[in-house]
Amino acid sequence: MALVLNEEQTMLKDAAAGFLAEKATVAHQRALRDEGDERGYSESVWKEMAEMGWAGIAIAEAYGGLGYGYVGLGLVLEQTGANLSASPLQSSVLIGASVIAELGSEKQKEEWLPAIASGNKLVTLALQEGNHHAPLATAAAAARDGDGWVLNGEKVLVLDASSADAFIVIARTSGSSGDEQGLSAFLLEAGSAGATVTARSMVDSRNAGLLALKDARVGAEQLLGEEGGAWRGLSRALDIAAIGLAAEMLGLSTEAFTRTVDYLKERKQFGRVIGSFQGLQHRAAELFAELELCRSIVLQALQGIDNDDDNLPLLASAAKAKLCQITQQVTNEAIQMHGGIGMTDEHEIGFFIKRARVAQHTLGDYNYHLDRFAQLGGF
Amino acid sequence: MSDLEQFRQETRAWLEENCPDSMRTPITGFEDLYNGGRNPEVSHPDQVVWCERMAEKGWTVPHWPREYGGGGLEKAEVKVLGEEMSRIGARRALDSFGISMLGPALLEFGNEEQKLEHLPKIARGEIRWCQGYSEPNAGSDLASLATRAEDKGDHYLINGQKVWTSYADKADWIFCLVRTDNTGTKHEGISFVLFDMDQPGVTVKPIKLISGSSPFCETFFDNARAEKKNLVGEDGKGWSIAKYLLTHEREMISGFGAGPKKTVGQMALETIGADASGRLANSVLRQNIAQYQLDTMAFGATMARVGDEVKSGKGLGPASSIFKYYGTELNKRRNELNLAVLGEYALGWEGDEYNGGTVSRDWLRSKGNSIEGGTSEVQLNIVAKRVLGLPDA
Repeated sequence: MALVLNEEQTMLKDAAAGFLAEKATVAHQRALRDEGDERGYSESVWKEMAEMGWAGIAIAEAYGGLGYGYVGLGLVLEQTGANLSASPLQSSVLIGASVIAELGSEKQKEEWLPAIASGNKLVTLALQEGNHHAPLATAAAAARDGDGWVLNGEKVLVLDASSADAFIVIARTSGSSGDEQGLSAFLLEAGSAGATVTARSMVDSRNAGLLALKDARVGAEQLLGEEGGAWRGLSRALDIAAIGLAAEMLGLSTEAFTRTVDYLKERKQFGRVIGSFQGLQHRAAELFAELELCRSIVLQALQGIDNDDDNLPLLASAAKAKLCQITQQVTNEAIQMHGGIGMTDEHEIGFFIKRARVAQHTLGDYNYHLDRFAQLGGF
Repeated sequence: MSDLEQFRQETRAWLEENCPDSMRTPITGFEDLYNGGRNPEVSHPDQVVWCERMAEKGWTVPHWPREYGGGGLEKAEVKVLGEEMSRIGARRALDSFGISMLGPALLEFGNEEQKLEHLPKIARGEIRWCQGYSEPNAGSDLASLATRAEDKGDHYLINGQKVWTSYADKADWIFCLVRTDNTGTKHEGISFVLFDMDQPGVTVKPIKLISGSSPFCETFFDNARAEKKNLVGEDGKGWSIAKYLLTHEREMISGFGAGPKKTVGQMALETIGADASGRLANSVLRQNIAQYQLDTMAFGATMARVGDEVKSGKGLGPASSIFKYYGTELNKRRNELNLAVLGEYALGWEGDEYNGGTVSRDWLRSKGNSIEGGTSEVQLNIVAKRVLGLPDA
């Protein structure tokens, strides 16, 4: 597949850019934050996004989606990154739906995917337990109880936890920390007995929270995939999710960079615009080069999902590691080059670095993915 | 059978018959590349035979028009020829600056007489060319070159000095930037002339680099003569040709980074070993290598993306402006990693136990990648000003 967008994809990208620049900008995000909105995104804007089909972009037509594939979803995510538009696109569409598509039975897919594609249901993944993304270290326990299981454990950084309709809980039915075998996935509806959600206030002022499970009971029909055999499908869904987050970071870092270059052309010191100083010019040019590499690796990885590339794990870790590295560098430089004004809450550039670090951390940061990239490369 | 399929079969049969067995073995060094010229250097007599046969078909430059010694092949046919050559492991019959640099410039800027005079000799490997660009005081700031060309009616009289002239000691002719006018801005008054190196007014002195011997020379002109008919383009308008050629050169240099099949990471496992989890035993080196391989992968994807954008008719986007800078910096990183991974072996300078010091010599040579053909700093200036639109100081 050529590493270029086709006409349909270009139109989708332009449409997304236009809509978000009007309805879900940094200013809107600031307003949501200042109002203390627990959801962290606008329900009405999300409804409009769903009406345009965005919630079903990557979901197969058989399950009520548009079947545009992940290149399509990646383009929209890139635009949400550029505008810092919060919505359940990441939690439910990118991650939740991908896990269900990988692990779910025909019946479960028919029940959940059309509901996610229409925006009527929000399904989010409850995976991380400690300070770091370490899926194989999952310790939450699922103990046999008749024909079902009883879940115990605590999950952090559950995206859109307080507005979710259901959680995909990853828990151990057997094995111990580090084992692939023994991980199972359960669909747990919000409000179930023994499941408590606590909203957590994060630096990006989006909706992430804690899911505490205390003897929460799930039936056999809530098991996604085979008992103890979730890893294969989950791992692929996590690769897809990492690539989608990389696409969001591509939009975020490109926009932060563009704003910074604009500022270099406008801010005057010593009687001339600071963008005429070679010290700043070379740093900006280096970032430009790195962002071009980012654009290529993200597109290659998105195409890798749609093409069922055998190297998807390597592509996913390459894209996430590279975007984490450069997003961190770009947002740091953005603050530095904006100088004092960049440190103020009044200026918008600070919103970029805040969202950046959460997106970087989510489902594995630079260190996690570069380590994995090396392992997959045989060293 | 389609025309292309027929072409493939004919090509396959012709290659089978005409490519000597010795020209189907992998090249082991620069000496296996055949450059032609009046006094060709040969590592094997079949190089001459192979070049003659290929030139007869026009296949040393398959994409050039037939009247200029080329094969007149369509793009798809050139691709088939390349595929059929690699199928049997056939070497390129002729490598030269004439093919890679002067040829494209003459096709673009030369007049008909110049094309008919010079291109067929390039295609047949009869004349070997060198490039006279840099001067002692005109490196990154190439346009401040000072080699003078005095108008003598039917010819120019040339006085001055060039430096970093690759293979000037082996070349027959030079394509050279000279100053024909001093009155305008430094970009004006530069002319692009061709002349024979075999004349009393031309002296060549090889340069020894930190890596040992090198292809580079200093070239001195003391009343050297260039015929007027060998002025390419207009008098005083040579800068645009120079820029066109520099782009070709930059693309060539950025391609130097292509490494061997084994990755650095795998090489390091052999020399350093793994820990209990299978990871390279030195975690600091491991991170450096992983970052290098990640950047190499992303750079490769970028070259592919730009290629695909051109093919789809979008034109050469701004991403291409980073190739020279990023490619050469990557190659320098690669060479530093070779030293780190291979340790003592990498420091050998001579002797079979060090394979003649190839690792250390390649490492030293790589330092020049980000200097020649426009330094990394000049490349970053270009991106800052032309792509990002940042103002001059």
